[in-house]
Amino acid sequence: MSKITINIDGKDVETQEGEYILNAARANNIFIPAICYLTRCSPTLACRLCLVEADGKQVYACNAKSKEGMSVVTSTENIAKERRAIMEVYDVNHPLECGVCDQSGECELQNYTLEMGVDQQHYAIKDVNRKDKDWGHIHYNPGLCIVCERCVTTCKDMIGDNALKTVARGADAIEAEFKDTMPKDAYAMWNKLNKSLIGLTSGEEMLDCTSCGECAAVCPVGALVDTHFTYTSNAWELKQIPATCGHCSAGCQISYDVKHTSIDNTNEKIYRVMNEWNYVALCGAGRYGFDYQNKAASKDETAFAKAVEAFKKADTIKFTSTITNEEAYLLQSLKEKFGYKLVNNEAKAFQTFLSDYSEISGKKLYGYDLEATHNANFVISVGAALKSDNPNARYALNNSMTVNKGAGLYFHPLKDPVIEGLGKSIMTMYHAPLQEEVVLYLILDLFADKTKLPNEVVEYLATFHGTKTVTVEETIKEEITEIVKVMKKNEETGEEEEVEEEKKKMVPKKITKEVEVDDNRLLAILGAGEKFMEELEKNLAKKDSFVLIAGADLYTHPNSKNLARLLALIEKYSAFELVMIPNLTNTLGVSLICELDDATGLHTVGYNTKGDFTLSALGEGDLDMPAINQQEGTLTSINKRVNPTNAAIGYNGYELNDIANALGLRAEHVVEYTKMLPTHKGFKSQEFDSLPNHYENDRTECRGYLLDNVAVAASGDESVEKFGDEKLDGTLIYMANPVRQFTPFTYKCTNLDEVSGVYMSEEFLSKSDFNEGDIVRVKSASGELVANIVSDNKISGDIIVLPTFDAKLNSEALFSSYRFATASIEKV
Amino acid sequence: MHNEHIEEHFSSRNVAEMPSDYYMVAIEDYPKDGWGKFKRAAKRAVKGELFVGLWVVMREMIRFDIHTVQYPAEKMPIGPRYRAVHEMKRLWESDTERCIGCGLCEKICISNCIRIDTRIDENSRKEVSEYSINLGRCIFCGYCAEVCPELAITHGGEYENASDQREHFLTFQDMLTPLDTMKAGAQREFEGFGAITPHEDERVKKTPLAY
Repeated sequence: MSKITINIDGKDVETQEGEYILNAARANNIFIPAICYLTRCSPTLACRLCLVEADGKQVYACNAKSKEGMSVVTSTENIAKERRAIMEVYDVNHPLECGVCDQSGECELQNYTLEMGVDQQHYAIKDVNRKDKDWGHIHYNPGLCIVCERCVTTCKDMIGDNALKTVARGADAIEAEFKDTMPKDAYAMWNKLNKSLIGLTSGEEMLDCTSCGECAAVCPVGALVDTHFTYTSNAWELKQIPATCGHCSAGCQISYDVKHTSIDNTNEKIYRVMNEWNYVALCGAGRYGFDYQNKAASKDETAFAKAVEAFKKADTIKFTSTITNEEAYLLQSLKEKFGYKLVNNEAKAFQTFLSDYSEISGKKLYGYDLEATHNANFVISVGAALKSDNPNARYALNNSMTVNKGAGLYFHPLKDPVIEGLGKSIMTMYHAPLQEEVVLYLILDLFADKTKLPNEVVEYLATFHGTKTVTVEETIKEEITEIVKVMKKNEETGEEEEVEEEKKKMVPKKITKEVEVDDNRLLAILGAGEKFMEELEKNLAKKDSFVLIAGADLYTHPNSKNLARLLALIEKYSAFELVMIPNLTNTLGVSLICELDDATGLHTVGYNTKGDFTLSALGEGDLDMPAINQQEGTLTSINKRVNPTNAAIGYNGYELNDIANALGLRAEHVVEYTKMLPTHKGFKSQEFDSLPNHYENDRTECRGYLLDNVAVAASGDESVEKFGDEKLDGTLIYMANPVRQFTPFTYKCTNLDEVSGVYMSEEFLSKSDFNEGDIVRVKSASGELVANIVSDNKISGDIIVLPTFDAKLNSEALFSSYRFATASIEKV
Repeated sequence: MHNEHIEEHFSSRNVAEMPSDYYMVAIEDYPKDGWGKFKRAAKRAVKGELFVGLWVVMREMIRFDIHTVQYPAEKMPIGPRYRAVHEMKRLWESDTERCIGCGLCEKICISNCIRIDTRIDENSRKEVSEYSINLGRCIFCGYCAEVCPELAITHGGEYENASDQREHFLTFQDMLTPLDTMKAGAQREFEGFGAITPHEDERVKKTPLAY
């Protein structure tokens, strides 16, 4: 796409060819009223407020594309009339009791009603009975709904749940006289509005989706409200704390909206989490998992003295990646000063994987990010339970398909109805565990430039190709001659008589043909269906930007080194760009900052994980630590961005920095370390207080800074190993969390009500003799656990999922390191 | 907070530089020696007018014709617009409280003395769970009564707020019209700012209804 210049209201504006006029205007701070349009979704054309005049013709700015030299006027006399009439229509039968509406003060209906100067009403229609609906975590009040369909749009185009749709309102028709007296667009908009309301796609009474709450966030009025927030606070009383979500590696921009707890209790409380929904979409954990703070009443001096003692005695610090970059830097400094071993298995696996990848790629980090994935049009996911490992990666995949007419290919052993539900253009291939190498070889085979790929790889791939004869049925056109009788006038006699005539005609005919086709045995190994290649070719038509998302299954795979090298080859020799999903919140930061060790020593201090002495932000250790929502610091996201986060809630206890100071380091606040983060790993020497945390109108992300992707010396050796034929037999278990749960921190949140246990699909439960609620013993080669069965309709197939968000369950004990294992299950 | 950049502009704070109507007042020099200071003090203190005032008091005392109000035994009538301690009104139709918990009084209060807690009740309606006014901070400006869309919070005539502590709080129940007053039909409407004016109907444009 090329840069062009258009003129809006006399101002020359530079934009991309084909960009919507509305986006071009917004990016240049020109105001065009619009309610129904969401920046990263497709235009809905429900509100019609964004009417503008482009080259003398009235168009909707949200779906009219910019052309070179176009001249746009944002308001004319006629457009002003239309807009005023539209706002009057929106106000018809809309309750005026703004005082009891949660949206009051941030309501777009209020804003635009005032903006258009609506001071009296000309239209009227009989209202229908619109009763409140309780949809579980969302409360729908159709009486307030203006049917802008933003909820439907975001659910379809961004989230991919397709849980909402418009349903019939059942209202009387608009009086005929309005058709002639009203402005045209306002009448058309009213006509559509008067026919619909919002309902559930499933037809059930309760929402059954991945519960992200994005629909309530985008609602311009008070129609969709988070149930937990209903009537608890006015918007204007809340103070926004700009922050970064601390639950997964997506590092979404959020703001904690805080206010005093109550009249009697002046301590700050988080009332809700909001996001810049035009530029970032949250998952349910980010939206509803906000009250995981650690309540430490005061500084416990004896526990602190014991902690310092424990640090002096210990030789190992064990920790999880739910810490800030600054704390990771502190741990690394302690290691350098006192020689501690730093143990974090999950970050270590990712660190090793990245360095194996660097050997071929010649750079420290993968080349792409999720932001750019939104703009791709062919996305492959390998080795990730996408919907729960990183919900934003799923949104990126879905958004690329819905908005860019893209397609997707999802490789994973665990059957996933949510991924299948993303639409027609997603193809799923449920291969067997341990076959991730085959998948990567297949991608190389299908997409890599074989003229550049190392010879051995090309030769190895060729061994899987053969030809086979298949019988295809095709329709050809055949010429046949038939004799028809026609009436003709005999020229001699002048009488009509029947004559036989020959006529040639083309008719379609089905024939079967034997043809030789390429036989790709990699497909057979993965268990692809017959139609796979045919469907893939159809999906690949007109695709030009390709992204590969690699997930955590690969990092702990027995042949992870080979997988990392294969990924590097794919990135290097095909059109695919690469994104890797770091396992936890700050796995990427930790793996860059800390030198990690494999084995633990004799005495360990655990940080948010069990040690001989345990520091815990979960409140169950020997010394309390602040949780992420009580800390200042930075988190490194999957987008290779170092995002700042602020403390939303007070904390009275000790923090890691206090211990470090007692041990001889010197910093009043932990954020003094922000500028010291290692620049040779890609960090920048920037003060914490100078880091921004917002988005610009043109979608520019002004949050923290981007890591430099530091070049490292490539070894020059590009050889990869052949894949083995190891298999996992019997009942398979997989280590993954349900959507909205990541760690014990999300489990602590009151609004996230997922039940811990052994997750089985409805399909599996119906054909086995297990029932939901049964207590079972799950036993694998490395351990066992006893828990109750939870029926999960967000998975299907036979693989049993063991979550890690409940520390008491201790699922990790059942796995050696790879996320799949075989196990036996019996009732107890 | 780090991300907030509040900029305030004062165009010019230096009064002296402004071409203005300011002028200097001629003031006599202060006396420097002791005698001068004594003369000044005597001149200011001893004046014949003192005895004029004392004579008036004396004269009225002897006449026994007193015009001042005998407070607290006697009290002046209070005007309907007087702004004293707040009252919470009830609806005439149902005797339920008028307050809908919109929080506008909390927002507009310039001395930040109103706080309100709300929640969703069993009937899915907004309910005021807690309401307080800190009378130690209240300046009785009347904004809360003026902004109230339901004529719920108003000012009453109770101006005797002597209390043993400065932070005297008033809760919702204290302000609410007692039910027996309602039953007796004795609730008094507030006629100050925010109340309906006599010609309100003429000024309202009616919304058409399709019924």
